[in-house]
Amino acid sequence: MRLIAEAISTFRGDRLVLDRISLYVPAGGALLLLGPNGAGKSTLLRALAGLGRVDAGRISFDGSDELAGKIAYLGHLDGIKPGLSAAENLAFAARVAGRDPASALDALGLSRLAGLPARMLSAGQKRRLALARLVVSGAPLWLLDEPTLGVDAASVAAFGAQLAAHRAGGGVVVAATHLPLPLPDAAELRLGAP
Amino acid sequence: MTAFWALLARELRLAARHGGDTAGALLFFFVAGALFPLAIGPAPETLARLAPGIVWVCALLAALLPLDRLFGADFEDGSLDQLLLSGLPGSVVAFGKAAAHWLLTGVPLLLAAGPLAVMLRLPTAALPALLGGLALGTACLSLLGTACAAIVLGARRGGVLLPVLVLPLTTPVLIFGAAAADGAASGLPVRGELMLLGAYLAACLPLCPVAAGAALRAACE
Repeated sequence: MRLIAEAISTFRGDRLVLDRISLYVPAGGALLLLGPNGAGKSTLLRALAGLGRVDAGRISFDGSDELAGKIAYLGHLDGIKPGLSAAENLAFAARVAGRDPASALDALGLSRLAGLPARMLSAGQKRRLALARLVVSGAPLWLLDEPTLGVDAASVAAFGAQLAAHRAGGGVVVAATHLPLPLPDAAELRLGAP
Repeated sequence: MTAFWALLARELRLAARHGGDTAGALLFFFVAGALFPLAIGPAPETLARLAPGIVWVCALLAALLPLDRLFGADFEDGSLDQLLLSGLPGSVVAFGKAAAHWLLTGVPLLLAAGPLAVMLRLPTAALPALLGGLALGTACLSLLGTACAAIVLGARRGGVLLPVLVLPLTTPVLIFGAAAADGAASGLPVRGELMLLGAYLAACLPLCPVAAGAALRAACE
């Protein structure tokens, strides 16, 4: 399970946002995307996820170009339905992925909030719920955009344990961040200023 | 398959939490229908003549109301990204949304259409044709509406664009649906009109989800 991207280029309008970016992450590996605002970190993550446009280049994971269903993506938006409870949000993600949600709530200290409608949660709690969804998805490739924004230190540590477990199982992590992430010996890719 | 049912169950649960959306379309349907006797006078024979058209036009317009939130809410809170990455094809996500729209708007409209038609003095003999037509027609509307809602997703003033896009596509539904109820009121056979409605539904069933799926992908780019 390794992630390979070869010479990815992306235009936004007529501006070249990503200029022939290549990267390689082995199984169990982690890659940090660094760079100033506007450098294209989020664009690259969305391109890797298959959500953004890729004007040139090639992405493959686990030796295949077909990435559908193998990706857990966490963007700037949490993707939490405010009308559903925390448990229902996770249960939906789990059912879609065909998995069991119970363990993830405990892991990120959310079991006490399980029955609460997600709209009552604070921004940091919603983010933790979104982090729990990564675990629930069971996807081998995690693409994270500022995953710990607004999350307290204890939860970042708990998330670190999830990241370690994910990588120990051969999973791959690519994260864009300005905050220190609990990803020991992660490779770094520095994107240039726009 | 489990994922599809999970999506449908989520839509129904969310609708139950925000019951106002469903009730809003239904109330609009009743209020708009009730305006016609006030505007054109209460003479039973005039109303009976116009009833099929009134019910059909009101149903069309009421079905439009929930469309701009159909994908809008998911688009804004990031759930749409998650749905498209879940491994479900975009077209299946769109079909789930269309099915939810029909269950939450089409079916309630179908139930409310009978009382409104009776209120407008539609002859009882024409009721089966009206409701049969509406059952097929509201399903067409849900599918066409879903496709158009996906196409305008992310566009500025999409809510204004949406009816302009959907309504022309629904003209065949309106023509054959109203003609069936009209024909039944005057004792004519309605099989032809209902079969044409069925044919239109059969065309919408595969085409609309595929178009909507492609549009959803484009909206997320």
